[in-house]
Amino acid sequence: MPDKVIEIHGLTKVYSMGEVEVRALAGVDLLVDEGEFIAVMGPSGSGKSTLMNILGCLDRPTAGTYKLDGIDVSTLDRDERAVIRNAKIGFVFQSFNLLARTSAVENVELPLIYGDLGWTRDERHKAAMEALHRVGLKGREHNHPSQLSGGQQQRVAIARALVTDPAMLLADEPTGNLDSRTSEEIMGIFQALNDSGKTVVLITHEPDIAQHAKRVVTVRDGVIQHDEKVEQLRVNVTGIAAPAAPVPVEATR
Amino acid sequence: MKSSVMRISNITLVGLRAIARNKMRSFLTALGIIIGVACVIAVVAIGNGATKSIENTINALGTNYIMLFPGATTSSGARTFTGNSNFTAEDADAIKAECPAVAYVSPFVRASAQVVAGELNWGTSVQGVGVDYPLIRSWNVAQGTFFSDQDVKSASKTCVLGNTVAENLFPDGQAVGQIVRIKNVPFKVVGVLEKKGGNMMGQDQDDVVIAPYTTVMKRLSGKTKIDMIQLSAASASQVQEAQNEVDAVLRQRHRIPPNGDSDFQMRSQEEIAQAQGQQATVLRMLLICIAAISLFVGGIGIMNIMLVSVTERTREIGIRMAIGAKGRHVLLQFLFEAVTLAIVGGGVGVGLGVAASLIIKRFLQWPIIVTPTSVALSFGVAAAVGIFFGFYPARKAARLDPIDALRYE
Repeated sequence: MPDKVIEIHGLTKVYSMGEVEVRALAGVDLLVDEGEFIAVMGPSGSGKSTLMNILGCLDRPTAGTYKLDGIDVSTLDRDERAVIRNAKIGFVFQSFNLLARTSAVENVELPLIYGDLGWTRDERHKAAMEALHRVGLKGREHNHPSQLSGGQQQRVAIARALVTDPAMLLADEPTGNLDSRTSEEIMGIFQALNDSGKTVVLITHEPDIAQHAKRVVTVRDGVIQHDEKVEQLRVNVTGIAAPAAPVPVEATR
Repeated sequence: MKSSVMRISNITLVGLRAIARNKMRSFLTALGIIIGVACVIAVVAIGNGATKSIENTINALGTNYIMLFPGATTSSGARTFTGNSNFTAEDADAIKAECPAVAYVSPFVRASAQVVAGELNWGTSVQGVGVDYPLIRSWNVAQGTFFSDQDVKSASKTCVLGNTVAENLFPDGQAVGQIVRIKNVPFKVVGVLEKKGGNMMGQDQDDVVIAPYTTVMKRLSGKTKIDMIQLSAASASQVQEAQNEVDAVLRQRHRIPPNGDSDFQMRSQEEIAQAQGQQATVLRMLLICIAAISLFVGGIGIMNIMLVSVTERTREIGIRMAIGAKGRHVLLQFLFEAVTLAIVGGGVGVGLGVAASLIIKRFLQWPIIVTPTSVALSFGVAAAVGIFFGFYPARKAARLDPIDALRYE
């Protein structure tokens, strides 16, 4: 039996806005195995974003437990969550969220700078270059985000998410700002990474995109409505390096 | 431990990159500190120079120097400071005769006059003194001789020229033996004094004609009282003793009752130095205030820009936090940026200030002293300003919520 990457039991999140209490999550249970490719779907206001924030250790649940890669993260404080985010989670955002006027490779190095790995500058640089090559960006390493297309920027973001070898990739509407052809390409990259064993959690509201996952979870009114394995829509992307040269694995503690 | 040291260096790297990305803004931010520090360096250098020249002129008075000048007079019970002298030449003689701790005594009278020599003329101050005067002021004659005791007794029409007067009236340097006319009275030049330079008020001490006080009183001013008495104690350790003796002699001669106020005042070289020193201290305090204010303003500039920077880079902060930056990392990053701006600004300011000081020294001929202390101090204060004013914006950045920061447009 594979290890559980995500183990969520009875997760609730209540926002109090003055006197009104908003129940964004009302008891969510979710188990995700290592190597899964799961899409979390739901319309806006469903609690999808709240779930994503908690999954990403950006926020804490009001009640319930959340174990990420075997670590109970539901009660950690700000700094402890920052360490977990750095070591266990690779974020990919809708709007890429790269640092402007900073080269691709420097952007990818960023998580390593905050990490606890004790790497030298050269080691960080080498790992960042390798991550960029894995997502097919050889030759673009020193371009700034403004010199890259949307798809290329998102690839840099994926490389940045990969570079610490996290327990999961957490992608929040990663194709929201991209045209359909580029969206396919990005999904292909996620599939290739998933094929090499990486756990991928995809947050989206587009059924077309969710189809690229192996399992689709639908959230509605703060609870999980559907949870089903689906037939994966495969995309083949050329130029994605085989996972033969994984980045050094020292990130886990 | 190794990794935490490395992480600090990583954070500094992050801060340096942020500064390099915004070169123009970084420069403008640092400008406040640059100007502040440059002003401090230059102004302190000028202040030090002024203090130094004051010290020099006071020391030039002679270490055992004591000056006697008129004080408050009591007339029908009303005490006023008239400035009118009631010293006589006999007072001076009595001091010399009766005070063992006093080495030299000279009366002092002053008149101003136009001095004419042939075709040339020069407006200057004429000082009437006794023969002890060069000894009291340790002021030697460069050419010729000083006038003699006999000249004083007979009120002879002889004089000694200060260097400036000699240069202006006798450009050929042949002053000794010539005749100058002061208020139409012909005086024979017997000597030229060595150059003494400016005094603490910036007056040229060499712009003077010195003649026997008897001659000046009789021929030029028509006064019967002398303006001041200058004297020197036999040794530095006897200055106080000399003052006590002089006080006793003069009170007796001026018939001042034991509990009455003296009609004269005395200042030793040390007391004058102390008074000037107090002025210098006031000046210094003023400069420190100016320095503090300018650095404060510079610091506010840094805080202002850092606050703008934090707001503008909210999203960047969110990204950094999402990928694992702790609050401490963000705090250090922004603090480091602020301190770097302040220190670089301080460094450039020191350079500018020193350059400005040298230019002032060169073109205005002011005595300027740049001390390592003032450089180190303003540099240190600049760094402290960076930490102080950088802390609030940095803490604001560090306390941002990553979710809100990521969503910030």
